[in-house]
Amino acid sequence: MPDLMIELFSEEIPARMQKRAAEDLKKLVTNGLVEAGLTYASAGAFATPRRLALSVEGLLAESPTTVEERKGPRIDAPEKALAGFLRGAGVAKEDLGTVEEKKGTFYVAKITKQGRAAAPIIAEVLEKAIRNFPWPKSMRWGSGSLKWVRPLHSIICILSAEDGSDVVEFDIDGIASGRSTRGHRFMAPDAFDVVSFDDYSSKLKSAFVMLDATERADHIWHDATNQAFAQGLDVVEDAGLLAEVAGLVEWPVVLMGNIGADFLDLPPEVLQTSMKEHQKFFSVRNPKTGRIEKFVTVANRETADQGATILAGNEKVLSARLADAKFFWDNDIRTVEREGLEAMSGPLSNVTFHNKLGSQAERIARIAALAREIAPIVGADADEAELAAKVAKADLSSEMVYEFPELQGIMGRYYAEKAGLSDAVADACRDHYSPLGPSDDVPTDPVSVAVALADKLDTLTGFWAIDEKPTGSKDPFALRRAALGVLRLILTNEAKCSLADLFRTFFNALAAQKGKKLSAFSKMINPNDESQFVFTDFYSTDDYTFIGSQAVEFAFESGDLYFSNSSRQPGVGALEAEVYQVVGINELIADLLSFFHDRLKVFLKDEGIRHDVIDACLAMDGADDITLLVKRARALSQTLATEDGANLIQGFKRANNILTQAEDKDGVEYSYGPDIKFAEEDAEKALFAALDTAEAAIKPAMASEDFEGAMSAMAAMRGAVDAFFDAVQVNSDNSVVRRNRLNLLGRIRDICLSVADLTKLDG
Amino acid sequence: MSQTVDKPRSFQEIILRLQAYWATKGCAVLQPYDMEVGAGTFHPATTLRSLGTNPWAAAYVQPSRRPTDGRYGENPNRLQHYYQYQVVIKPSPKDLQELYLGSLKAIGIDAELHDIRFVEDDWESPTLGAWGLGWEVWCDGMEVSQFTYFQQVGGHDCTPVSGELTYGLERLAMYILSVDHVMDMPFNDPSSPTPLTYGDVFKQTEEEYARHNFDAANTDKLLKNFEEAEAECHALLSVPADDPKTGKRIIMAHPAYDQCIKASHIFNLLDARGVISVTERQAYIGRVRTLAKACADAFVQTKAGGYLPEAAE
Repeated sequence: MPDLMIELFSEEIPARMQKRAAEDLKKLVTNGLVEAGLTYASAGAFATPRRLALSVEGLLAESPTTVEERKGPRIDAPEKALAGFLRGAGVAKEDLGTVEEKKGTFYVAKITKQGRAAAPIIAEVLEKAIRNFPWPKSMRWGSGSLKWVRPLHSIICILSAEDGSDVVEFDIDGIASGRSTRGHRFMAPDAFDVVSFDDYSSKLKSAFVMLDATERADHIWHDATNQAFAQGLDVVEDAGLLAEVAGLVEWPVVLMGNIGADFLDLPPEVLQTSMKEHQKFFSVRNPKTGRIEKFVTVANRETADQGATILAGNEKVLSARLADAKFFWDNDIRTVEREGLEAMSGPLSNVTFHNKLGSQAERIARIAALAREIAPIVGADADEAELAAKVAKADLSSEMVYEFPELQGIMGRYYAEKAGLSDAVADACRDHYSPLGPSDDVPTDPVSVAVALADKLDTLTGFWAIDEKPTGSKDPFALRRAALGVLRLILTNEAKCSLADLFRTFFNALAAQKGKKLSAFSKMINPNDESQFVFTDFYSTDDYTFIGSQAVEFAFESGDLYFSNSSRQPGVGALEAEVYQVVGINELIADLLSFFHDRLKVFLKDEGIRHDVIDACLAMDGADDITLLVKRARALSQTLATEDGANLIQGFKRANNILTQAEDKDGVEYSYGPDIKFAEEDAEKALFAALDTAEAAIKPAMASEDFEGAMSAMAAMRGAVDAFFDAVQVNSDNSVVRRNRLNLLGRIRDICLSVADLTKLDG
Repeated sequence: MSQTVDKPRSFQEIILRLQAYWATKGCAVLQPYDMEVGAGTFHPATTLRSLGTNPWAAAYVQPSRRPTDGRYGENPNRLQHYYQYQVVIKPSPKDLQELYLGSLKAIGIDAELHDIRFVEDDWESPTLGAWGLGWEVWCDGMEVSQFTYFQQVGGHDCTPVSGELTYGLERLAMYILSVDHVMDMPFNDPSSPTPLTYGDVFKQTEEEYARHNFDAANTDKLLKNFEEAEAECHALLSVPADDPKTGKRIIMAHPAYDQCIKASHIFNLLDARGVISVTERQAYIGRVRTLAKACADAFVQTKAGGYLPEAAE
């Protein structure tokens, strides 16, 4: 069986796209071959900066001939239907057979698909793959219309067997397939021919190309760690950088260089970031001192001077970069030591956070006040939390963070230390951004937690107030991430708080900072509740007319006023009077809370907690206390996973259904409490006892928020409930007995619903 | 291959060698555009000529101004006025990478000793409504050029595609001449009767312009000038193509584009003066882009832009 070998040779493919491209090539080609009937034994794909290669071994030499029987219309069907069928099947009428079925006699066509040789199939499949290749970004070049990631220069496509190899011939936009390629751009630029994949990879090796990215990465890592080890040093691991660098070279040559002595005292994060971001260097650390002392760069060639010129050039470029970094660091430290960290944040009053939410400085003032409020909830010292919030973003105006935004927070910690602030405050400078991603560590130091919560909640309430909520896939202010951060901060630290109350505090802080006009405005609408309305641009006008009540609408004669959830309507009259809708603050809080609950459902889904379980818990009091809510949801989820729990829920549903029907029919609610003296059956009496036992256990458990205890007590009723339904007919002819039994079911319902709203559960 | 390549001795020699090299490769060696621009790309020889189907090949030095980069001549690498060397060839030739590497060799960078790499860098100019794919070219870890295949300019697809090369001349020359501070770089031959450094030529002007750009430029006037340039650009483009005086069809795409360039530079100055807020920034960029698009629309209606009167009739 022949082997197929493909190479697509182009100008430099971006490193980040290579791995995926190799996989896509393999998938597109092998899927196409298999669909056309050409199965194969194995396939492997490779990528370098200049080529994608695919080797398919043990391919069928031709696709098998297949015969398909297709049933047509009944023999007495109209002529038109038959003609259509013949056209579709591509056969003539005289070639049709017939088949007898219950409903009559039908035509049957035998459609034979002749097997085809592999070569034309490959040519079609590969051309289609090239034309439809899923590059993240592709381009045209020259006068052509073909799109590729960068100009495509040549294509190898050969089928090889023991008796030799043949080019699979095709042409795509003037590029004819062949068997020729080139080696390393500089070290072996000449073209050469290949006859098979083995021939190809060994000739490439001699032409200074390592085809396999894993081999290149291993080679780089091995060489780098060896060179470092020889000097008693460690290379700082960075898998992302290693993969990227392996995608920038065909012939990796590892060179270790020196960092100028002037720069060794820079914080290691600064050295690492500058070297990685700008130069794609690995950092080399001295394990004894923990300092970054050298770098590793990976060149794409060997040279006569063993890389001396290359290394000297790289050292020089690095020195220029680090001279900048050192200049920034020295300036920043001088500012901090002379004026303190708060002074550094001065320029933030000129930095707009969002044009409707004011400057960074205004935002920091809010966060500081709020961190104070949150401090007791998370066990932090209020003064420390406030101070930490005031200085936590000071590094945003440092020169270093301006240059390297990814160092925000990290630099803040250094500056806080230099300013002589406590460890807790310094840590908060670094950690208050966390958690960023879903797998990011969550801060646990109380001061950091207080500032992190205040920061994120200010963002969320702020954008909610100005109606910039995420929609669909659009979340430009990363509010979903912020909400998840708040949830994880609360859960990890088991903070007990009412989110709704916190939201109200935050909205008030925002309004208070923005204007007296808010209260003045609200007072005129509803003198009894100053906080009932919040609006967003914090401008006001006296020219308004009161129209509605709950979702209040105003008409006014100026374009200045702009409300949250404004439902702009066409202008009326010459003065551009517009009608706006104002959202009551309670409505806003409820909306934000429901956003949090949605995020929570997504978050808990990963834990295996179902949506409906959370809904069952959301319906209970205190659903804005996330710690409590999740405790309840976890307990319920666990209970549902037990046999007793699952069956009890069925029992509950049955009781609830019977009750609902009876209540609808009778027009009463069966919640008077049953009386055991009307109980006739043993199972009925036993249920009374079981309910008493359960209730006695559940009440104190719920009071102490021991949801697991409460729910296992509830699940323990299962035996009695099941036995009751097995033995007892609720709808007794005796109306007193019937009513009593319904009230008994009512008690089951009450007890169950005191734990969670089980009616919300699916199934 | 020879181990050593004859090294240039001065900044101007590097420019001269690039001029000679690209001339031998068939480029029309043009002169700088006589207006203030932020980059060589703004020269109509690149922006406008990359539109339409007519073949094109040009190379030129373009003095470029980035007011926010002014450092009073003190920063070793940053200047508010610097030179770019620009090559634009349409359609992009198949061997453009090799041609480019040849130019490096011509200015003394021997690929046998240095590590030259093409690192992904997608180019986008929001003010020109243009984008392309390509690389930044690294020599021993330093970016020495931008290499771009234009895909769109002024909102128009580039068919055929132009290949664009941009060399940051000061940085490149500092590397070749082993100079650490731009002002110390020999501008002409150091052994000539009047040896001049880059600083002799530009130190004072860097100081003057830095002060001007950051503190003195009259922002009220600039804001007005921006509006005027914008209005003038639109006005020129709205004049009917048929010229009553000559009886010819004359679309004033270039004069209109001059106003677009002017607006763009004024915006850069205003930015340096710190009077443009983050939100306004986007709006200003959008306004310049609207001009660039309108000029591109006009240019493709001209002969140089590939407009064929016969085909239109």
